[in-house]
Amino acid sequence: MSGESGAGSREEILRRVREALGGARGARPPVPRGYARRLPEAEAETRADVLALFTERVADRRAAVRHVSADELATAVAAALWGREAAQIAVPADLPYGWLADLDGVRALADAPALDTETLAACDGVVTGCAAAVALTGTVVLDGGRAQGRRALTAVPGYHLCVVHADQIVGTVPEALGRLDPSRPLTWISGPSTTHDIGMARVEGVHGPRHLEVLVVED
Amino acid sequence: MTASSGTAGEARAPVPLPTPKFATAARAALADTRLRRNLRGATASLRERAGASPEPGDWEELREAGRAIRDDALLNLDAHLEELERAVTEAGGTVHWAADAAEARRIVLALVQATGAREVVKARSLVAREIGLNGALAAAGITARETALADLVVQLGGDEPSHLLSPAAHRDGAQIRELFLRGLLGAPPDLPDEPAALVGAARAHLREGFLAARVAITGANFLVAETGTAVLLESEGNARMCLTLPDTLITLAGIEKVVPAWADLEVLLQLLPRSAAGEAMTPYVSSWTGVTPGDGPRAFHLVLLDNGRTRALADEVGRAALRCVRCSACLNVCPVYERTGGHAYGPVYPGPIGAILTPQMRGVESAADASLPYASTLCGACADVCPVKIDIPEVLVHLRGRVVESRRRRPVPTPELLMMRGLAWTMGDARRYEAALRRGTRWARLLSRGGRIRRLPGLLGKWTEARDLPAPPAESFRAWWRRRP
Repeated sequence: MSGESGAGSREEILRRVREALGGARGARPPVPRGYARRLPEAEAETRADVLALFTERVADRRAAVRHVSADELATAVAAALWGREAAQIAVPADLPYGWLADLDGVRALADAPALDTETLAACDGVVTGCAAAVALTGTVVLDGGRAQGRRALTAVPGYHLCVVHADQIVGTVPEALGRLDPSRPLTWISGPSTTHDIGMARVEGVHGPRHLEVLVVED
Repeated sequence: MTASSGTAGEARAPVPLPTPKFATAARAALADTRLRRNLRGATASLRERAGASPEPGDWEELREAGRAIRDDALLNLDAHLEELERAVTEAGGTVHWAADAAEARRIVLALVQATGAREVVKARSLVAREIGLNGALAAAGITARETALADLVVQLGGDEPSHLLSPAAHRDGAQIRELFLRGLLGAPPDLPDEPAALVGAARAHLREGFLAARVAITGANFLVAETGTAVLLESEGNARMCLTLPDTLITLAGIEKVVPAWADLEVLLQLLPRSAAGEAMTPYVSSWTGVTPGDGPRAFHLVLLDNGRTRALADEVGRAALRCVRCSACLNVCPVYERTGGHAYGPVYPGPIGAILTPQMRGVESAADASLPYASTLCGACADVCPVKIDIPEVLVHLRGRVVESRRRRPVPTPELLMMRGLAWTMGDARRYEAALRRGTRWARLLSRGGRIRRLPGLLGKWTEARDLPAPPAESFRAWWRRRP
């Protein structure tokens, strides 16, 4: 195909860049990294403080959030789906079986083989885990790893239920980036799909999930 | 120049109308009371959102780091671009280089045509607008579907975006309802003009397009050279669908979008969301590196565009404008933008940042581009809010100097230049100056009524169009000084 279509301009652009920079080229301005990498001591004395901050910030983003213990998880997942009157949901093929053990009357479609887009669009919701979560920003991050599936799973259905294990929660964005692998496709999710583009009023649920719900599992 | 320019062929975009000077374009906007009300509401509400959550304690440190990271990106741009290309290629992507808009259009059109698709979905790309992509696609019979709500409104309205992040800031709910009734298939005639209902109608309309789309075109906020990772921030989720559903993904980005290292995102992902919308984090941040088997597109093309950026890079003062991360904070605080809106700034990059970017990328030869550095009161509010500390007033003044310089070389001098030359001659000699002062005072006092001059004669009259001039006192300071006992 057209891998070469821009080859002619590659050298030209690089030449222009070098010429434009002249003597300044190659200078490495030192980056002052005096910003906070962790939460300030006062806000995060204990692990429980970090979890509490995460919960507060997720709720600020207008996502529902609940704390459950490991043995309550299956019941909590089932209750959340009942609450949304979900009849059919999509799940990653490697979602731990136990999470859905209490489902009754909800059809869970495993994404193996990959569900076609129409089927995905017809699902009432999706249940996944996550790779990391950020307390300060109220964010869950998915990287396509265990219990998360491919990105389209969480982009199309109108409801996303995300299970976060307490040990996945870090305080700040720098801490989260250190845990994540840039070679994987990442999705950082902070609250439901939102727009302010009509008369500056906040409306949720433009394209992606209209509703985000987070279950924090404390072990 | 490259062989590419002037041979656009079938990829040629419709010839744009000559853009008027800022002051001329602004006059129309100022006369439109509905537009002014919409803009006042929009900028006030954006400022309010920005002020709603408290600034983090380390905000100044983050800004300093952000400035240094962007400077590093620019001062080593050639090395970073080569590193980026290597990393993207290793991860299964293809990198294309476009020296100008025509070449970029040709590359994208060829990529779309190679897939055989007749329709593409698009998510927020300022570069796509900069190169006139939609027109080029339409000319080749390919439909471009804008998927961001505000872009859809602009597309249906057939006009230009008026804000970097809220392109439909100039429209109110009633206007958007009218556009949807005319342009959206299946929009019920009793569609109310409240935001939630309008969003619902757009969601239904756009969803079908997404599910069938085979090619997506997006922009990118950052390109990480070290890892070959593209990063995109959005709040609606339309870009997530574009990034994951179609088979082919084409991402357009200016060459200045590069950042050196993955760790640099820890600064930029804190600066951009807050400066853009007063949020700790934008609802969705996506990042991808080449292609991932079994997840998302099978082909990924990254088109890197110069189109005047190296021209801006060559200016030691002006290159600071290339640090811009397109957050739009400078628009929201600008008293000029709040009144004129984005259209007066010409295509693509509105507000204070546009006033320094556009003339640098396109040169200051045309009257419209040369007028942009003057589209400011130099109040400095923009520099205070800029997350990467671009001193916009400094660059504006610098560019005004360049405009004057470029006019000096014209065969026929401008009236302003003639006047300044005359003034220099007069003031160059004490006796000439005093004589001129005496004569000038006499004339000015003849023109004044009640101690004020309402209209100056000739070209000077432009100055008194909007204000009166106080009449000079009967005796000058110099005369009084001499008379002193």
